[in-house]
Amino acid sequence: MNIHEYQAKQLFAQFGVPVPRGKDVKTPLAAEKWAATLNSPVYVVKAQIHAGGRGKAGGVKITKNQAEVPGLAKELLGKTLVTHQTGPKGRKVRRLLIEEGAGIAKELYLSLLVDRDSGWPVFIASTEGGMEIEEVAAHTPEKVLKEPIDPAVGFQGYNGRKLAFGLGLPTIEPTLLNPFVAMLGNLYRLFMEKNTALVEINPLVITTDKKLIALDGKVSFDDNSLFKHPDVQAMRDLHEEEPLEIEATNNSLNYVKLDGNIGCMVNGAGLAMATMDVIKLAGSEPANFLDVGGGATKETVAAGFRILLKDKHVKGIFINIFGGIVRCERIAYGVIEAAKEVGITLPVVVRLQGTNAEEGRKLLLESGLKVDVATDLWEAAQKIVALTGKKKKKAETATTH
Amino acid sequence: MSILVNKQTRVVVQGITGKEGSFHATQCKAYGTQVVAGVTPGKAGQEVEGIPVFNTVKEAVAKTGCDTSLIFVPPPFAADAILEAADAGIKLVICITEGIPVNDMVRVKRALRGRDVRLIGPNCPGIITAEECKIGIMPGFIHKKGRVGVISRSGTLTYEAVNQLTNLGLGETTCVGIGGDPVNGTSFLDLLPLFEKDSETEAVVMIGEIGGDAEERAADYIKQHIRKPVIGFIAGITAPPGRRMGHAGAIITGGKGTAAEKMAALEKAGVRVVRNPAEIGATVKMALSR
Repeated sequence: MNIHEYQAKQLFAQFGVPVPRGKDVKTPLAAEKWAATLNSPVYVVKAQIHAGGRGKAGGVKITKNQAEVPGLAKELLGKTLVTHQTGPKGRKVRRLLIEEGAGIAKELYLSLLVDRDSGWPVFIASTEGGMEIEEVAAHTPEKVLKEPIDPAVGFQGYNGRKLAFGLGLPTIEPTLLNPFVAMLGNLYRLFMEKNTALVEINPLVITTDKKLIALDGKVSFDDNSLFKHPDVQAMRDLHEEEPLEIEATNNSLNYVKLDGNIGCMVNGAGLAMATMDVIKLAGSEPANFLDVGGGATKETVAAGFRILLKDKHVKGIFINIFGGIVRCERIAYGVIEAAKEVGITLPVVVRLQGTNAEEGRKLLLESGLKVDVATDLWEAAQKIVALTGKKKKKAETATTH
Repeated sequence: MSILVNKQTRVVVQGITGKEGSFHATQCKAYGTQVVAGVTPGKAGQEVEGIPVFNTVKEAVAKTGCDTSLIFVPPPFAADAILEAADAGIKLVICITEGIPVNDMVRVKRALRGRDVRLIGPNCPGIITAEECKIGIMPGFIHKKGRVGVISRSGTLTYEAVNQLTNLGLGETTCVGIGGDPVNGTSFLDLLPLFEKDSETEAVVMIGEIGGDAEERAADYIKQHIRKPVIGFIAGITAPPGRRMGHAGAIITGGKGTAAEKMAALEKAGVRVVRNPAEIGATVKMALSR
């Protein structure tokens, strides 16, 4: 789960990580009031959306004139920002963070996440603050420092000192060694206590008055740990999520909306991804990822149908079920019931394999429903693509760029 | 021969009195697995389909000589269950549970380091040696004793591959689901040498997916040490970056962990990479007929 920058900074402040004085506002009037309270030489007005690249997209405004703040707020609120992370539709700005500006002497990069290889938390730091760390890693890997933290003992002072000296921090400003080490300790505490998946400060700034400050902040949480943290769940902003994905979550389905026009419904995440891939190989594009889970029932299949049909781009539906513990005749029964209940007019191909697949296929064929039934995965993919038409050449090139 | 589990393996099921635990303990037993004990704290003295239930794993080990554990404990308590099994001297722990907090797994992995215990999973279908021993939730009937070892990050996609192998008359030795979580107990890298050494295994199928770099690291190892043919499939070539595709581990982050990169690394190591998941079995057959 992702949160906004203003929420990340609230968490930072709570855990003793220095941030600029700031406040989130939803109206120009609130912006005006807060600017007066802030009374700073420089004001920064930042659009709050769950996507990077806001600065380049015009989502961050800076002014020295307090009187300009409400006008800038008015300009940004309600605007749709398109960044390299939002997709072409962009995201509507509903909230702003207004904070004091900082005099920047040096920008650094800092993040904390779990290294999958070792299974240890690892700090990543770089002197190249303000740039995307992936770019830095690709072009100047020697400028990316990594410090793994032994989870058995937690963060130690030496971990922090290694990074501080690695960054040349004490050379830049000797008084910052201890505050830097303390800050890393606090971030580690945040990481462990709130079960974050990623904490990223980019840039971490050394100010002209020789202080460390988190000028930007990104925090995401481990979904598996959300049950432990009602306070974190309360930070969820449903505006930032795809409505169909929210509906899927409410039905215990795993759904990700994509741009193609073949809706697919599959049991199991790996098979669901493989099904998407096979649709592409057959010459079309998947409209979504949808995993109905191991125990697909009539109810989950019906919910899946409803979600797929709400996506106006869907021209056909491909159901791919490998019956393991779940028996195929029960899935077939679920498909028949759900299709009648929801009322399907689009072409549907059902591929059943595994436990009692034969009986399942027979049930579907005898149901009177307008569904195609398949046994083999490749045969099924070709059928649904034939029924919905291959992607046009033009559209194909458009998606590859 | 086979790897890790066989007819002699003695299994304790942790969480055996729960709905999932009792159902699958029964299924495993019916497949022929020696399910000799169950554990649910506070329910000692009960039986599930003739399997005695104990309060602790330690007691189960003492009374039944079980050496392998199968875990169906809910996510908040699963880390505790894994560590309890290790503490009781269990040598192989298979954790089916999906949704364990990542930090719990970080601690578990650290605690198991250097100890004589292997963890498979979590968030996996388990392990099966065809026609001998099933420890997990996979449909037993699709497996036939044969020549191919399978390692996979996925569940139903593994069944798909196994079904193809069986239908083509190749059959399997042992199939291991290593799970879809970012921090897990056993990787491709841990199992490849076991299959290389196993006299019955003639080829290995590895099924990966987007996210992390486990496949890339496996590729390096294969190039150096594996002489048997390896056939690879990577799910998620159509997956967009930054989105979690069901499995917690299946996410492309910072442009890393894409299917294309993994396929390229595997191909470079001499792995036969299958692009169409419907052709996994056929590709193995071709590799073995050379």
